[in-house]
Amino acid sequence: MTTVHMRQTSGALPSVLGVGLARGVIELKQFAREKEAVIFTFTFPALLLVLLGSIFSDAYGNTGVTASQVFAASMIAYGIMNTTFVTMGTGIATDREDGTLKRLHGAPVSATSYFVGKIVLITVVTVAEIVLMLAVGMLVFDMPLPSTGERWLTFAWLLVLSVVSCTLLGIAVSAMVKSVRSAGAVTTVPVVVLSFLSGVFMQPINELPDWMLKVSSAFPVKWIGQGFRSVFLPDSMTRWEAAAAWEPGMTALVIGAWCVIGLMLCLLTFRWTNRRDG
Amino acid sequence: MTPTISVRGLRKSYRDVHAVDGVNLTIDQGEVFALLGPNGAGKTTTVEILEGHRRRDAGEVAVLGDDPGTAGRVWRSRIGIVLQTATDAAELTVAETVRHFATYYPNPSNVDDVIDACGLTEKAGSRIRSLSGGQRRRLDVALGIVGNPELVFLDEPTTGFDPEARRQFWALVEKLAADGTTILLTTHYLDEAEALAGRLAVIARGRIVAEGKPSTLGGRASADAVVSWTDETGPHEVDTADPQRVIADLSARGVVMSGLRVSRPTLEEIYLDLIGDAA
Repeated sequence: MTTVHMRQTSGALPSVLGVGLARGVIELKQFAREKEAVIFTFTFPALLLVLLGSIFSDAYGNTGVTASQVFAASMIAYGIMNTTFVTMGTGIATDREDGTLKRLHGAPVSATSYFVGKIVLITVVTVAEIVLMLAVGMLVFDMPLPSTGERWLTFAWLLVLSVVSCTLLGIAVSAMVKSVRSAGAVTTVPVVVLSFLSGVFMQPINELPDWMLKVSSAFPVKWIGQGFRSVFLPDSMTRWEAAAAWEPGMTALVIGAWCVIGLMLCLLTFRWTNRRDG
Repeated sequence: MTPTISVRGLRKSYRDVHAVDGVNLTIDQGEVFALLGPNGAGKTTTVEILEGHRRRDAGEVAVLGDDPGTAGRVWRSRIGIVLQTATDAAELTVAETVRHFATYYPNPSNVDDVIDACGLTEKAGSRIRSLSGGQRRRLDVALGIVGNPELVFLDEPTTGFDPEARRQFWALVEKLAADGTTILLTTHYLDEAEALAGRLAVIARGRIVAEGKPSTLGGRASADAVVSWTDETGPHEVDTADPQRVIADLSARGVVMSGLRVSRPTLEEIYLDLIGDAA
């Protein structure tokens, strides 16, 4: 050996947060460049809202609220589930299958940095999704924005709890996804089924069969939809709710419980690579 | 000097299959070491344990002085792993991806230099999904070395390459080795091991069955040579430990020979012999 390459070894490792934020930028670039992701998870909820809201537009009694506006409020729940649960579930399954996770695990990237990147992605895409859904609701169906600070406060905590619970459940479900080809079905089917059972695609919720309400009340979707109705619709609309009230306390409790369940499932099931035989 | 890789009594089983069954290895700094063996011999399992991707059942393992099973980010910043089958980051460009990976490391190499060394300068602005198989694997190398690692793992790096791409890849590995990088390479191509490795080990059924320089592996240098020639009575072949004497005798007897050849067993013959014994 004639020359030994001198390696500089003094540099400090980049910070976990810094690497995470850099990953967030990369995640966003990849998301924006994947046309299927943009079309199906991002714009589809708004498209569905336009369709459903245009087909069902009758007014509710003398409340001055139309069925279209009820959809505009409820369907925010569907939008959030798409940008959190579906994006996370399929995203991690894809990362596991295409080698992203294995590559990161072999590099000085901690799991925390990886998830910070995902959180950046989910946050930006979800905020954009809500802006899009609100724009459709306001411009196409004349849905008014919340009028009081109290309602905006409900909007804020509801949004945070919804995003956290659905994101954690998305991470957990990714462990159940065997391959990317099945990821779309495994994540989309529960979302669509629960959206029907929870009065997001059908309304009013109090006309759903009793067993459906019993089932859906155990899951977060029903409460997220109800919560967004409580933010955007007048109190006179509680007549058509399952309990004839907005139930903010119960809403926070159920979605909060799902955050805890989701976190536990994540800790139990997350893995860097596909299980393979040697 | 402590070796870069030191493995004693490494074992790993999957249910009742002993994938790795008591492997010992020592690889020193700056070596290019090839682990050679048929599919299912335990190459990939061994390497993935050394990379920290898999847990072992038993044995002592030290890579750059640390146990890969528990080593942290600092350790991982000192190694480079070249993946074999990844298809990630399809929508990013080559330059974006290499630049991004450089931000993970404390002392990364110059991104443009790495892209250039891997022969991807013309493709720097292209989406990864548009790369050919060979270009994709060279990108994997770029991502494996951009952190300026002391030790690089190459697990069957040229599987599926056309001959030209393999030669380019070999040149790249030689360049890395010339910089003093320690390289652990697995392959089932004998010519690849012979061209690149200073030392190699043959693994079969989870055990190392031979270890040495490519020129002396498995007694290659001391094995019987074959002297073959053709004279007026036809072709002849003699197995001998002393080919010089055979030729001297033939000359002394005045035999007119054409097509005189002395050959030692090829690495391939030695290798097939070794894995045949173990099978």
